[in-house]
Amino acid sequence: MSIDKETIKHISKLARISLDDKKIDNLSKDLSSIIKFIEKLNKLNTDDIKPLTSIIDASLKYRKDEILEGKIREQILKNSPEKTDEFFVVPKVVE
Amino acid sequence: MTDLTNFSIVDLVNGIKNKDFTSEEVTKSFIKNAENSDKLNAYITKCFDEALVSAKNFDKKNISKGLLPGIPIAVKDMFCTKDVKTTAGSKILNNFLPTYESTVTNKLWLEGAFLLGKLNCDEFAMGSSNETSFFGNVTNPFGDKIVPGGSSGGSASALAANLTPATIGTDTGGSIRQPASFTGTVGLKPTYGRCSRWGIVAFASSLDQAGPLTKTVEDCALLLHAMSGYDPKDSTSVNIKVNDFSSNLTEKVKDLTIGIPKEYRVEDMPTEIDKLWKKGIDFLKDAGVVIKDISLPHTMYALPTYYIVAPAEASSNLARYDGVKYGHRSKGNNLIEMYENTRSEGFGDEVKRRILIGTYVLSSGYYDAYYLKAQKVRKLIKEDFDKAFNNVDAILTPSTPSSAFKMGEKKDDPVSMYLNDIFTVPVNLAGLPAISIPSGYDKNNLPLGLQLIGRPFDEQMILNLSLALQKRMNFKRNIKAWWK
Amino acid sequence: MVEIMTENKFDYFINGEKNKWEVIIGLEVHAQVLSKSKLFSSSSTKFGAEPNTQVSLVDSALPGMLPVINQFCIEQSIKTGLGLKAKINRHSVFDRKNYFYADLPQGYQISQYKNPIVGEGEVILDMPYGTKKIGIERLHLEQDAGKSIHDMDPENTFVDLNRSGIALMEIVSKPDLRSPEEVNAYVKKLRSIMRYLATCDGNMQEGSLRADVNVSVRKVGDIKYGTRCEIKNVNSIKFMQMAIEYEAKRQVELLEDGKAVDQETRLFDTKKNKTKSMRLKEEAHDYRYFPDPDLLPLEIDKSLIDKLKKTLPELPDEKKDRFMKIYNISAYEANILVSEKEISDYYEEVIKQADKKLAANWIMGDLFAVLNKKNISIARSPVSPKNLSILINLISSEEISGRIAKEVFEIMIEKDDNPKVIVESKGLRQQSDPIELEKIITEILTKNKDKVAQYKNGKEKLFGFFIGQVMKSSGGRANPKLVNEILKSKLK
Repeated sequence: MSIDKETIKHISKLARISLDDKKIDNLSKDLSSIIKFIEKLNKLNTDDIKPLTSIIDASLKYRKDEILEGKIREQILKNSPEKTDEFFVVPKVVE
Repeated sequence: MTDLTNFSIVDLVNGIKNKDFTSEEVTKSFIKNAENSDKLNAYITKCFDEALVSAKNFDKKNISKGLLPGIPIAVKDMFCTKDVKTTAGSKILNNFLPTYESTVTNKLWLEGAFLLGKLNCDEFAMGSSNETSFFGNVTNPFGDKIVPGGSSGGSASALAANLTPATIGTDTGGSIRQPASFTGTVGLKPTYGRCSRWGIVAFASSLDQAGPLTKTVEDCALLLHAMSGYDPKDSTSVNIKVNDFSSNLTEKVKDLTIGIPKEYRVEDMPTEIDKLWKKGIDFLKDAGVVIKDISLPHTMYALPTYYIVAPAEASSNLARYDGVKYGHRSKGNNLIEMYENTRSEGFGDEVKRRILIGTYVLSSGYYDAYYLKAQKVRKLIKEDFDKAFNNVDAILTPSTPSSAFKMGEKKDDPVSMYLNDIFTVPVNLAGLPAISIPSGYDKNNLPLGLQLIGRPFDEQMILNLSLALQKRMNFKRNIKAWWK
Repeated sequence: MVEIMTENKFDYFINGEKNKWEVIIGLEVHAQVLSKSKLFSSSSTKFGAEPNTQVSLVDSALPGMLPVINQFCIEQSIKTGLGLKAKINRHSVFDRKNYFYADLPQGYQISQYKNPIVGEGEVILDMPYGTKKIGIERLHLEQDAGKSIHDMDPENTFVDLNRSGIALMEIVSKPDLRSPEEVNAYVKKLRSIMRYLATCDGNMQEGSLRADVNVSVRKVGDIKYGTRCEIKNVNSIKFMQMAIEYEAKRQVELLEDGKAVDQETRLFDTKKNKTKSMRLKEEAHDYRYFPDPDLLPLEIDKSLIDKLKKTLPELPDEKKDRFMKIYNISAYEANILVSEKEISDYYEEVIKQADKKLAANWIMGDLFAVLNKKNISIARSPVSPKNLSILINLISSEEISGRIAKEVFEIMIEKDDNPKVIVESKGLRQQSDPIELEKIITEILTKNKDKVAQYKNGKEKLFGFFIGQVMKSSGGRANPKLVNEILKSKLK
């Protein structure tokens, strides 16, 4: 299946990546060839196969309910491109 | 004076312990090489001043503790290093200074090593030629305009060119083994869960694994020992005893059974790779190993499966790069515009392609056809290996379907680039350990590697077999330092 | 379904111009798990801290950070599941729900999609028209998001991640609720169960309990459900009720006008008392759920479930049955007394040494009045259970009358003294000495010879007058029963 420009626009919205028309043209070709490649799987019947849930043979390990971290606001905000002393700052959300 | 940068780390450790030379002398030699290596573009961040201070401190204290006393090591720039810029080869993480140290690098430092620098790699480890890095292409010391492989291209190049005595990389679909093969070095991807992923920039969580790149099998055993171990901070890390891989290293591999999978004899494979494979088989026979033909019937589906699973996980793992908490941020009139501009400007083309593919295969209406299907095939691929390991102790294959190629050769055709990982990807999908060891040269005098795949958590077995091969291969890295 | 017990009938319908409509309601309650640290990180969950001070490297989604699950949160969910008489799923999976928002640092929320930790269960409601069973569809664990603050700056939004990663239980009901009253009873019952279990404090002001409300309408008699709207994130029972009423009427009007109801997400505007569409673009709905590859499937040992079963306290339904059976109180009384664990604890403390019926009356009457007036919980009652039981015993043993008891109780509210001491010091003990009482009565009858004559001539109403005079003369302390007896014999 090839992947049309509308679909690319839709998924780029979902992925929050803005693309201009030229980029969309290029991507349409690349992504279509990749999709064609991965669709080789369709040759294989997997109706009775259960999907892999984890690659290691173990079950989830637990952590104790303890407070070990916190009060590191300076560290948390350190790398933020825009911040106040207390908060991360982002442009207004438009609903 | 002998050139210390030619030494293996095993020899460097012994030399430092015996006071044949100092950590400072070792460090200075590597810094000298690294400072004259700009054409290779292997380093993103050089920590030479700090490394010299660490070396001097080490020499002053005069205590040789740990597995890696006084050894300077440069690492792939996917490992978060405290107060040292960590970029994952991406513009979007430009100027990111972690306040924490990854578990794996921390383990190296606890064994007495210290950081020499951060090495270039494909952006977010997505690539097989180190041509997707925001910080530029890395060159293979085996030839100008030749790629070092990827994504740990900077690591492989720096190691082969004696810019670091050893290094660590990450391997999601072959990112350690393929560049090792392209640069005549040893690269090992451990069993999934053997090394902690905590503090490593994530690409595809169910496939990523850190591992060593070294000059020799002995070095590989040593470094693997140092970096392995259970980490309660990583839920997928496995609580299993770590062997002393070095002390247990032996070339006595008599009577082991090695499988040769017929599906790895792919079309268009250069005859010299086929020859090399046969040479490997002969050498193993010489070591007393029993050779057995096996079948891994779903091999042909591994790459398509990988190119669903890895981008799907990546599309979600890379959602955190949104310009809010760290890294690059572009302007935008509202939150959504800011996101879209930041991610459009911050990510390179290959990363965008993979995020979009990953988003697509997970999106409503396509999940079952792509993602779920891929997880089913992944199970079949794993079961192929499980069955094979009922009859054999390890599997021998070529590491790559070709030797290192020219820059730009495959850059515009993503699928032909992906095909490079055809022999390495199944191993990641099945979570198995595998090693690539240098085995010979092609007609252009470019190195080629063979891959040994082992049972889960049996890295020792493939290390031992590699040692037996290494002795018989007598591989020499013939590199002239043309870049100086 | 509803079983009619009394003449009280279920009667919540929307009477449109053309038809009578039934309202179908389902709730997705988000209950904050009572735990010290977050679901996947070890930072604190405490309410009200300085912004971004309860944030770990994991909570702010720094590169390379990984989730590790909090065992206690798993146990809390299992306990809650057991309290809802639900199936505990021994195998469950954590999935990523992918979307971008300023207060969602990872770009995804870790939640449970296809395989939740708890399956189907039930909650029993006591309505005036009978008991009603509300089905529980599922309970799953998920991470809370941070907080976006929009009103501190005209151009920017400020983000506080203190809540980011706190464990929530999402409890999804079946569409079994039919009125705002039932929603009220349901949320209160659910909260009560979780408080009994100490798995959620149910504090709605602090956001520990909030709900998404699904509302649809159908003509009475129809079987098929109508199109539903989801009203997001309502944080008080009153608002839930108001939102439902508004939304049901809105839908009825649309349908009677021949228009269709759009399946959409709406918000309740608490200033205008209206719901409004969130107008989410279509693509915003595609959450691309997939199993979180940083985590393994959650496998729960049967032994853990058995262990937790043994620690379960007596829950409201069982407690109510026991109260009715053992303490011989009415269903109405029992319901009120078990509605909060603290109330039932208080009651059981009082009746250790006091009459069960009187104790119920005093708690539900005088004590509740005081608590309501002072707006405090019974746990902080100014009158201790011990002293209330002493007071009740003074009444039972006829040492003081009910009237005097109320007087003593007023004093106890101000200062939680032993009522015996109050009675002694104020001289309020009941006058029960027949000789003393006879003296008073004789005196009164002598003073009112004319009325005695009238009484004897058949004006029996005057008996009350004599009693009143005796009580007045004794300062209210005379034992009314004895006064009664003595008067009757004197007036023969």
